[in-house]
Amino acid sequence: MGKVRLWRACLVFIAIFCACSATRARPQKSSEDRMIAGAATGHAGGRLVVALRSEPKTLNPALALDEPSRDVIRCLTADLIHINRGSLKTEPSLAQSWSVSRDGRQYTLQLRRGVRFSDGQPFNADDVIFSFQVYLDEKVDSSQRDLLVVGGKPINAVKVDDYTVRFELAQPYAAAERLFDSIAILPRHLLQNTYQTGSFSQAWTLSMPPNQFAGLGPFRLKEYVAGQRVVLERNPYYWKADRAGNQLPYLNEVVFLFVPSEDAQVIRFQSGDTDVLSRFSAENFAVLQRQQSQKGYHLDDLGAGLEYNFLFFNLNDPGPNVPLEVAKKQAWFQDLRFRQAVSVAIDREGIVRLVYSGRATPIWDQVTPGNKLWLDANIAQPPRSLDRARELLKSAGFSWRNDDSLVDPRGDHVEFSILTSSSNAQRTKIATIIQDDLTQLGMTVQVVPLEFRAMVDRLLNTHNYEAAVMGLVSGDADPTSEMNVWLSNGETHLWHPRQEKPATPWESEMDRLMQQQLVTLDYSKRKKLYDRVQEIVAEELPVICLVSPNILVGAANHVGNFRPAILVPYALWNIEELYVQ
Amino acid sequence: MLAAFSSVILFAGFFAPYDFAAQDRDTPFAPPTTLHFVDAGGSLHIRPFVYDPRDSASTSPNAEAASEQSYALHWFVRGTSYKIAGLIPSRTHLFGVEKPARIFLMGSDAYGRDQFSRFLYGGQISLLAGLIAAILSVSLGILVGGIAGYYGGWLDGILMRGGELFLALPWLYLLFAARAALPLHISQWQVFLLLISVMGVIGWARPARLIRGVALSAKERNFVLAARGFGASDAYLLRRHVLPQTYAVLLTQITLLVPQYVLAEVTLTFLGLGVGEPMPSWGALLTSLQQYSVLSSYWWMFLPALLLIPLFVVFYAVADALQELHKSVPL
Repeated sequence: MGKVRLWRACLVFIAIFCACSATRARPQKSSEDRMIAGAATGHAGGRLVVALRSEPKTLNPALALDEPSRDVIRCLTADLIHINRGSLKTEPSLAQSWSVSRDGRQYTLQLRRGVRFSDGQPFNADDVIFSFQVYLDEKVDSSQRDLLVVGGKPINAVKVDDYTVRFELAQPYAAAERLFDSIAILPRHLLQNTYQTGSFSQAWTLSMPPNQFAGLGPFRLKEYVAGQRVVLERNPYYWKADRAGNQLPYLNEVVFLFVPSEDAQVIRFQSGDTDVLSRFSAENFAVLQRQQSQKGYHLDDLGAGLEYNFLFFNLNDPGPNVPLEVAKKQAWFQDLRFRQAVSVAIDREGIVRLVYSGRATPIWDQVTPGNKLWLDANIAQPPRSLDRARELLKSAGFSWRNDDSLVDPRGDHVEFSILTSSSNAQRTKIATIIQDDLTQLGMTVQVVPLEFRAMVDRLLNTHNYEAAVMGLVSGDADPTSEMNVWLSNGETHLWHPRQEKPATPWESEMDRLMQQQLVTLDYSKRKKLYDRVQEIVAEELPVICLVSPNILVGAANHVGNFRPAILVPYALWNIEELYVQ
Repeated sequence: MLAAFSSVILFAGFFAPYDFAAQDRDTPFAPPTTLHFVDAGGSLHIRPFVYDPRDSASTSPNAEAASEQSYALHWFVRGTSYKIAGLIPSRTHLFGVEKPARIFLMGSDAYGRDQFSRFLYGGQISLLAGLIAAILSVSLGILVGGIAGYYGGWLDGILMRGGELFLALPWLYLLFAARAALPLHISQWQVFLLLISVMGVIGWARPARLIRGVALSAKERNFVLAARGFGASDAYLLRRHVLPQTYAVLLTQITLLVPQYVLAEVTLTFLGLGVGEPMPSWGALLTSLQQYSVLSSYWWMFLPALLLIPLFVVFYAVADALQELHKSVPL
């Protein structure tokens, strides 16, 4: 996909209610401890066909990094506390209820009783303790470990009794219950042996027999055909029921087909081969829209999501890796007036129109309009003005030759290249528009599409680049999911990653603000802190934010309870409630 | 016909109404502009006119309120500056319409750039690429083929086996590797010329074989043997007697190779190895067809591909004619 995913979980109650929030799930105390989902009652049976961009690499929740693996694992497993994608609030999942100690450092979770794994074995606190032991084990090297380390210390999970678990944090952590989202609970009875013998990293690959796999999700593994599909079947022990008391899920089967390109996925969806489509471009949306009425599907534009696309310059300290040529140009990039001139010269509206056919929103900082709870409405949104850009460049000592080409104070022509990911057509198009905008200022700009991994290697490791267009998608709407981006020692502090100490005063202020919001429990105080971070981003322009694309989804008309959301996985988050009409 | 076409391409700046990189962000994917002779009132105009494409563009917010304002077509208008054949600056264009209307004879692309102008400018790059690569191939062919054919023996063996090795090379992967090894800071032009030269250098084997054959037969001819008898040196014989006989073969080869390399350029650019944005080339014009949405929605994006067909037919016809001529020339 060409996006860096940030798998840091998050905090605080979010009061965004979608139109569909009336169907928000609610815990209910029943004798079987089943959770009652609130969606409209559907019919049992039927199957859903969905396309994946590639084959899942693994079904091991602790090791899955790629999007297709996570999409499948999400159907097979369950977490303790869940972020409802519709309401963006946390809701009980395997934990029926929880309480927080007054100092915000202890979370006590009451587990649901009588729950069984998909192989019929009972679930209790031992499974929870085992799961956290695995995720926190440095030898396992799970990507979730990062977010379970709070204040430099791993979260400590303590079994109180068979159905009570206490989590101890080293420091208060704003709404830490969001951390539990997507931490899949593993079956101790199946995995303890492999874990103890040290072969956990080989456990639960796709080639294992389905009966060796068990989870707490709505579906379980039925069949895997290499190169073609993964088939899941209904988990008969699932712990959710609908309002009428029928056990969920409704669907008998979910089939994941491997369809390698977006265009191929669109064609398969258009011809009715697949039932649900997400993650596709606005151009393809327009193509599908034209036949919407004849063919049995409908499309939804959910408005701005959480993805933000931006341009940034290489602000790393000139080191042995940065070639001299790049280091020379860094004098321009370091100059705030140069960055401001570039920002004000870019036609964001044009990008929205040409690249996204109008299905995107221009942005001036990292919080998108889709993230209503954290959006700072007071951020200045200067309109495009080439005159203003020229003024800024002039004040920074730049001048123009007779042929209108821009030269710096030393007399060197302003010329640089912008990297983009070759697998992302939209970002290459954005870069091409920026190229044209900056040419009007007399700069010479080259657009260089590179293979995604080669690009990331240049950005984060070798620092051999001048500028790049990138996009980031947070796993959650909460700012804590972005710690890695804004802290100056962060891995994905893109313009100057892994600093030993902040290189600029505004980066050290940003560090302080981000750390402070992390340990503040009150939402309005946190909001003030994060507003200031947004202001710094908009003023200092370490990244020049450009656009936030809308979330586009489509589903066949016969899919009932289809309620797409702006959070990953957009379409299938309530798969247990989906049914075939 | 080829000459006419080539001169249009050479003077692209004059024939193209717009600059190849000029974006009109209000009219992405505008269909080809229709030239009207009859207005809404039914009266006939000698001078053709157009309507503003903005009014019919789907992205225009007030498409409903489109005023059917017409704009006449003018000849020899002053527009953006360009250089005739890369040397003489000029501002005169063959035709154009009054602003704010635009004339897109072949429609516009995703950035609202005129496809017709891009096709003409793109031709400069593509034909240049074909020509450079063909000349490179053929000159290497003369050198290697001439020596191999003239001297024969073990030298011939080594050179021709080497040529076969070159024929067997997976050149596409080599080019991918070459592109990946190039630094980012080279300008797109340099990258492109470099790739084309690499292709030309790789492609010497076929012409070399042909020339070797001609040289092989030429050196046995009586007048060559006679000249040798008079003490002429090898270099003199090659230059004066053997190579001139390959002249007709060479000409045919070049006319055959040019379209072949133009097509190679199209392929390379289509695969992302050619010139980068915003430079147009015929391959670059076709890359957008990789997208399903373009393929299924905008038929005019196929026009550059269709226009290439007659061009290649002409090239091959010329090659044919040359070959006929060559047969009729008494040796």
